[in-house]
Amino acid sequence: MTGPLLSVRGVRKVFPLPQPLWRGLRGLPPPVVHALNGVSLEVARGETLGIVGESGCGKSTLARCLVRLWDVDDGQILFEGQDIGGLKGPARRAFNRRVQMIFQDPYSSLNPRMRVRQILAEALSVHRMRPAAEIPPRIAELLDLVRLPADAADRFPHEFSGGQRQRIGIARALAVEPEVLVADELVSALDVSVQAQVVNLLLHLQERLNLTVVFVAHDLRLVRHISHRVAVMYLGRVVELAPTEVLFSAPAHPYTRALLSAAPELDPARRTSRAATRGELPSPLDLPKGCLFATRCPLAFDRCHAERPEPTPRGPGHLAACHLPELPAQSQDRP
Amino acid sequence: MSAPVLSVRALRTTFATPRGAVAAVDDVSFDLHQGEVLGLVGESGSGKSITLRSVMRLVPPPGRVTGEVIWQGRDLLTLDPPALRRVRGGEIAMIFQEPMTALNPVLPVGLQITENLQAHTGLTAAQRQRRAVELFDLVGIPGAARRLGDYPHQFSGGMRQRVMIAIALASNPRLLLADEPTTALDVTIQDQILKLILDLRRDLGMSVIFVTHDLGVVAATCDRIAVMYAGRLIETGSVAGVFARPAHAYTRGLLGSVPRAGAERAPLLSIEGTPPALADIPPGCAFAPRCALAEPACHAARPALALVGDGHHSACLRAADVLAQGGLLP
Repeated sequence: MTGPLLSVRGVRKVFPLPQPLWRGLRGLPPPVVHALNGVSLEVARGETLGIVGESGCGKSTLARCLVRLWDVDDGQILFEGQDIGGLKGPARRAFNRRVQMIFQDPYSSLNPRMRVRQILAEALSVHRMRPAAEIPPRIAELLDLVRLPADAADRFPHEFSGGQRQRIGIARALAVEPEVLVADELVSALDVSVQAQVVNLLLHLQERLNLTVVFVAHDLRLVRHISHRVAVMYLGRVVELAPTEVLFSAPAHPYTRALLSAAPELDPARRTSRAATRGELPSPLDLPKGCLFATRCPLAFDRCHAERPEPTPRGPGHLAACHLPELPAQSQDRP
Repeated sequence: MSAPVLSVRALRTTFATPRGAVAAVDDVSFDLHQGEVLGLVGESGSGKSITLRSVMRLVPPPGRVTGEVIWQGRDLLTLDPPALRRVRGGEIAMIFQEPMTALNPVLPVGLQITENLQAHTGLTAAQRQRRAVELFDLVGIPGAARRLGDYPHQFSGGMRQRVMIAIALASNPRLLLADEPTTALDVTIQDQILKLILDLRRDLGMSVIFVTHDLGVVAATCDRIAVMYAGRLIETGSVAGVFARPAHAYTRGLLGSVPRAGAERAPLLSIEGTPPALADIPPGCAFAPRCALAEPACHAARPALALVGDGHHSACLRAADVLAQGGLLP
């Protein structure tokens, strides 16, 4: 099988808001949040695709659509060439097993009234992974895999620290032997020293189990560290997609460049004095007509406000949605 | 070097619990100079926010603060309430992580600024109104005059943080205490707010204490860094010096936990285990149980901050060995 494992094609997702009375009286349609506005990308088997963006860019919505927690409103998501929106019965269950999600909040994504043993056993029995007699050894194996002590099985989630709870979340996802892990802000709730432990564990497990990972995060340093390829999202669109090295060394979209220079450098000698962007995100209720970044873009010209750019190739595996074929050299303001 | 504007000596903040008193801040001493930005860094529960609140005497009971906080020759910890009120929000201002909870949701933001001006300046009502517009302009809120009548919920997160900074600056403070002011913000907005604080520091000659867990923010904004662990100060020094050559095993581990360019997909230098609970701090060095370099002496007695270089202090018995491991920056 050589095609992409997951393929997202022109996906749109809107969330209707409650209709205020005055709008109804004037005959206006209910307001909708445009969460995804035509997202296309592909995930190859065994790779890590990083998805970055600021809050409200639709990265978590996309993650939830990828595992079909939500159905898309338009477009398709294909898993091994099959539209996941049409899966039913056993095929749907098989998809749910093969594509697993790990959530951001290790405090709310584990049932506080279940012991770790029950949490893991539930995943195993729902998908009929093992006969009852083989469940206890499998639980021990899973705990060992995520480097938790064996006695963790008989404890409740509240007895663990944030990093350990995230390991339980990973163990639960791995219990059903998935092929794809979708991790939504896996470590953002954790302290930096604990983040490193979980990131190391994820890299180790990916290699050992040959997992495909979709890593959704807002932390550029982290995404750069983990991903083979990175997609940058802005207001529900992928504005740039490239191999990690290319994206970070030669971004082709002004938003990517702004995002990179806004992230504080870890080296005090490379401090900048000028803010990278002006202004804030437009409301997803009322999107600009042209390029979604045009309202904040220092390079925007007439066409940007009139016509929304489609992603165009910029190099091998490199796509950017910008009317400018090339970005001008960046002004140097490093002291 | 001139005398420090703020001098904190042997600050200790304890909370009474059913299992006895726990020290959230334990014997913390540092100086802050005119126009200096100090980054107070640590992970959750390290006591960095409580240190800041202790300086302002904002620790709620049953918290008890002892030690000395010398500001302009006076000890803030023994100041009588009227004098303390003049200092708070006047000479020393504070901004918080959550602008939504720090602002009053049922008052227009203009009123919240003029309230501060009324308390700390002798301006007339008309002058206060003009000053409020000036302050909104200063912090970069577009349409300043029009927005003074708006309520906090009508602003975005970044704009709310600007409102809070405007309120803090209303009385021309000489010291700004910032408690994770950009943690809840997106990176492009964080960048704008950090640059704003640095511009104001330059233009108004303020000193700033920046509490954060983000080492990138420290590298981008601070002159000096003070690292806290389990309520104790474990390393202080210039940002350039500490980042180039950390002298405490914890600081080095913390710096190594942050992914850096050029080492993609390689294992990060993580610190095993988790910080100790405050009620259960080990004797000796609090970091010793997680430290790869720990030797028997580390578990026996608590190391004091000792000079290891130019203005660089570390509370680590193995400081020389940590220094010898060298820096982590490319």
